[in-house]
Amino acid sequence: MAFDKMELRDIEVWDGNFAAAQAMRQVQIDVVAAYPITPSTPIVEGYAKFLADGYVEGEFVMVESEHAAMSGCIGAAAAGGRVATATSSQGFALMVETLYQSSGMRLPIVLNVVNRALAAPLNVNGDHSDMYLGRDSGWIQLDAYSPQEAYDLNFIAFKVSEDHDVRLPCMVHQDGFMTSHTAQGVKTFTDEVAYDFVGEYKPMNDMLDLDHPVTHGVQTEEDWHFEHKARQHNDLMTKVMPKIQEVFDAFEELSGRKYNIVEQYDMDDADVAVVCMGTSVETAREVAKEMRAEGIKAGVVGIRVLRPYPFAQIIEALKDIKSIAALDRSSPNGAPGMLFNELAGALYNTDSKATLSGYVYGLGGRDLTKAHLTDLYKELQANADAGKVLTPLQQFIGVRGPKLTFL
Amino acid sequence: MENNGWSEFEIGAMLRSFEGPATNIATTHTEDRNYSASNSFTASVADWRIEKPVFNKDYCIDCQFCWIYCPDMSIISRDKKMIGVDMDHCKGCGICVEVCPTNPKSLLMFQEQHDDEVALAEWPEKETKEK
Repeated sequence: MAFDKMELRDIEVWDGNFAAAQAMRQVQIDVVAAYPITPSTPIVEGYAKFLADGYVEGEFVMVESEHAAMSGCIGAAAAGGRVATATSSQGFALMVETLYQSSGMRLPIVLNVVNRALAAPLNVNGDHSDMYLGRDSGWIQLDAYSPQEAYDLNFIAFKVSEDHDVRLPCMVHQDGFMTSHTAQGVKTFTDEVAYDFVGEYKPMNDMLDLDHPVTHGVQTEEDWHFEHKARQHNDLMTKVMPKIQEVFDAFEELSGRKYNIVEQYDMDDADVAVVCMGTSVETAREVAKEMRAEGIKAGVVGIRVLRPYPFAQIIEALKDIKSIAALDRSSPNGAPGMLFNELAGALYNTDSKATLSGYVYGLGGRDLTKAHLTDLYKELQANADAGKVLTPLQQFIGVRGPKLTFL
Repeated sequence: MENNGWSEFEIGAMLRSFEGPATNIATTHTEDRNYSASNSFTASVADWRIEKPVFNKDYCIDCQFCWIYCPDMSIISRDKKMIGVDMDHCKGCGICVEVCPTNPKSLLMFQEQHDDEVALAEWPEKETKEK
């Protein structure tokens, strides 16, 4: 090989950004086209340094915008390379047009999204507005709650995304600053083990196969557009989840670390449950344990795979719950929160009699404290006891008073 | 292809130019290439042309300028001899006429419905340059 291996300790102290950069080095990405943006900057900066220091054989393309970054990734992926980049917030928003191109062209690009609020007002801190913005784009979306998971999910993303039955791009999300800049112990793989797990990149319909010329990014009108979209949706609905499960299983066998499409904590006998994403899952887990000392059987559901949406797994996880809270870390801007709507959509035709209430929290990096969650679990218990939602259906947590509620 | 369902094409917004491998394609004439049904070579994509180039071989010196400059590969030339224009792909942009160096020009633009024989009969005389 034309590059050096890196000796890693079994456990390294890495933040989420560096963990993602190390994973990108270990899978030997061919092309990174990037336009760095806070808080994701250290990911592509890290890859660039590994490249400059001879630890990876690839190309780093400096571009003039995030739109160009993803466009460069699309070109490189269509040419037949293993491709990844990273972005956040405004950069993600500028990338949106090209996100639909990459998924429609069935190019297995991995995009590390370090979740950050969307302006205005300008804000560099973590919330899930950018993650929510990507949810109709045809990408697979995996959510990491810690640096370890940011590292692990990158390998899983490449393996799922590059499968020839899947061939859909994949985002790996982590919370801005809370995960991306918080150093924790990360269990590592050796370079050989990491690379072998993902395997050598197998191109498909690549433009550099000169004996089989292809045109990528073609135009179709009312004659064929619908069929292409139907095919893409079909594959997202039927092929991706089984592949994710298969890769989760293989990953557990390799590492001992188990991932689930929907994560469940203290859910076996739970009466009330909080459904959330990102670092909030870890806070909620701690509070749920404490609530049990107060006699409230509290559980936590973490969405690990946001797209494709885990419809069946959500129904299964919540089937015996009496009272559910959907926690959305993105302003719904004139609607119930996304998780509220999607949980309601999943449970509506089931036998569930659970109450469902929505909470909007943590915008622009505002902390979600244990005290907030303690109050929330008490509200859920009251709802469970009454058999109906006693509060408004949409409440804002942690915003300056007077209390803000809707619906 | 027309009757295929949504599950019967290759994934991606991707089309193949040829049926099967395309080895030595650069040295194979277009008419001998195994173009796929989705390649625009097999379709007429010239229906919005309102003016057409007419070729008059009496004045052509086979300089190949039109062949080089045509943006749509619609000038047919074999063994460096100009043969004519591929009217299924020519959009009528007039660049071939613009670059034609002969006097009078060997290619001239006419209205699409103008008869080619009449056009050739009306061909202008050689221009004499004023000294």
